[in-house]
Parts: sequence; structure tokens; C-alpha cells
Amino acid sequence: MPSTYTPIATTTLGSAASSVTFSSISGAYTDLILIISARGTTSASSTSVYFTTNITGSNYSSTWLVGNGSAAASSRYSNLGQGYLGYIAGGTTASDSRGNIIAHFMNYSNTTTNKTVISRGNVAEAETAAYVSLIRGTSALTSITVGEGGGNNFVAGSTFTLYGIKGA
Amino acid sequence: MPNTFVKIASITVGAGGAASIDFTNIPSTYTDLCLKLSTRTNNTGLRVRFNSDSGANYSWRRLLANGAGSFSDSNTTFGSPYNTFLYFSMQDTTSDTANTFSNGEMYVPNYTVSTQKSASLDSVAENNATTAYMAMQSGLWTGTAAITSIALTPDTGTSPSFAQYSTATLYGIKNS
Repeated sequence: MPSTYTPIATTTLGSAASSVTFSSISGAYTDLILIISARGTTSASSTSVYFTTNITGSNYSSTWLVGNGSAAASSRYSNLGQGYLGYIAGGTTASDSRGNIIAHFMNYSNTTTNKTVISRGNVAEAETAAYVSLIRGTSALTSITVGEGGGNNFVAGSTFTLYGIKGA
Repeated sequence: MPNTFVKIASITVGAGGAASIDFTNIPSTYTDLCLKLSTRTNNTGLRVRFNSDSGANYSWRRLLANGAGSFSDSNTTFGSPYNTFLYFSMQDTTSDTANTFSNGEMYVPNYTVSTQKSASLDSVAENNATTAYMAMQSGLWTGTAAITSIALTPDTGTSPSFAQYSTATLYGIKNS
């Protein structure tokens, strides 16, 4: 049976930080799963989480479907220098509240195709959302950085874990 | 290499159905929990409670689609008692196509950490009819104790029950 959810790296913030980077990611897996449990300091009920990789340039697009408790909506960004994974709890929520993001980076180590990411973001105080992102680049993903999209920090205690999944 | 997506327990409902599905004595040796469901009930939603907490300590938001449109609501849309559990919809019911079971997944990061617990919940209730539902939900339990039990019960009804052959499997995920 192939190994699933093999932990590659995990970070628990000891102090607030604006971003977290996973570098030197092994190409030994088929897909990557990133689990985020975090709260941002941006003064709102939720704040977005962006991501960049070793593929640089305005090569990121993201499309999302979101429900805020009263309506459903969809929108997208394209030709940006970063993609988006979803929302986490923001600075106006309780200090020990957390939002979560589950992001799946498909076929991340191939060097033939562009890369796609599908993710779910959850903040019970604000919304639930599904995102899909495209990274236009054929390099294997070897680093991933996630950042607090409001330009502020993730609070201490926020956790970020990267897992590898093997197809065979 | 460690295989860290480990089955903690699996429950299959037997003949005659069951009023609830309960996971108890959940060990604290993992980082995250993942619950996979294949269920059929007599109501379109499930009530999820942690550690037998039936207080007003839960909130959730939901995004629904049914083949004709998309909608969003939350626990405040329904009022009490829908803030006393995480509402896990959508479920195939006895009114839906025979022998059809909905499926769902709930993921709870950091279930042992002394903060509030957030959850991601996804489900589908396919049905050979004009309308069928899928749902994505965020959930929050304000409890700060480690989650040691999860109780699933169908939402309101005269005799809420899971149909025979409904299954629920709880997995633990370790980050090291």
C-alpha cells in the first residue's frame, strides 16, 4: 500500500509572522496536501491566504465559489504574482478562533504541465469557500510560501503542515 | 516512511438502523481528524456534537447547490437549536432514490490543541430526480478541550435514524 499523508514539514508559529515558507520540497510524491489552521491579524472577520511558489511572474490565476451565510458568489483573479487558497479567521474573531484551509497541489513535481491547486477555506464566523488555482509554469514545485493576504500577520500558534501523497 | 492517515475506528449500521453513530475514547495521539461518511437517514442533515457538548457553542456557514441554483445560510438563519451542534448536510433520505447513500467528509485540524476547533465539512446527496444537493460548510466549536468523542445524529424527526449499511470511519492524521 502506498504511503499517504506522509508529513514533509510542519510549522507552528512561536510568534506572529506574515508568511511561512516550505522549501526544498522533495519530488518523491505525486501530490501535496497543505493543512493550515490559523488566524490573521487583519481587522476583519476573515482574511485571505495567498500562495507563491518557485514559479515566479504574473502566472497565477484563482477562481472561487463562496457562501457567506446569506448568499453565494463567485469571482476570479488572473495574471497575478500569487494565487489564493481561501480565508482564515481574521483579527475581529475571538483570540483563540481559527480558520482552516485544506489545499491539494496536484502532480506538483512533473516538468511537463502547468500546475493546478484545489482548496477549501473555512471561517465559521464569515464564510466557506472552494478555490481552484492555476500556476502557469512547468517546473516542479520545490517551494511554497503562504502569506496573510491582508498584509498583516498570522498569529502565534497558527499551524502549517505539508504532506506528500504517492500515487503508487 | 510513516503512513500517517490511520483508521481509528469504523462503524457500520446493522439491521434495523441506528439512532446515532458515536465515536468515543478518541486518542490524542494524532494532529488532525478526518471523518468519512456513507450514510442514508430520515433527515437531510446530521447533528455533530463534540465531547457531548449540547450548549450553544457551535457556529457554521453553508454553501449549497442543487442543480438549479446556489445558496448560502448559517446557524443564525435557523436560530436555536442550530447553534448547539455542527449541522452536517446534505444527506440522502428515505425519500430519495432507493439504495442511494450520501457521502461526506469532515476534517478537524488540531483537535487536541487548547483553542477553538474549526472544521471543514463537505457532502453530497445525489438523487435520481430533478433536485439533488451538494454542500460545503465551515464549522467552529468554541470548546478548548481536546476532542475525545464525536456523536452523529440525524436532525429532527420522530425517530431519527441511520439506515442499515450506513458507514462512518474516523481517521487520525499525524504531522510527524
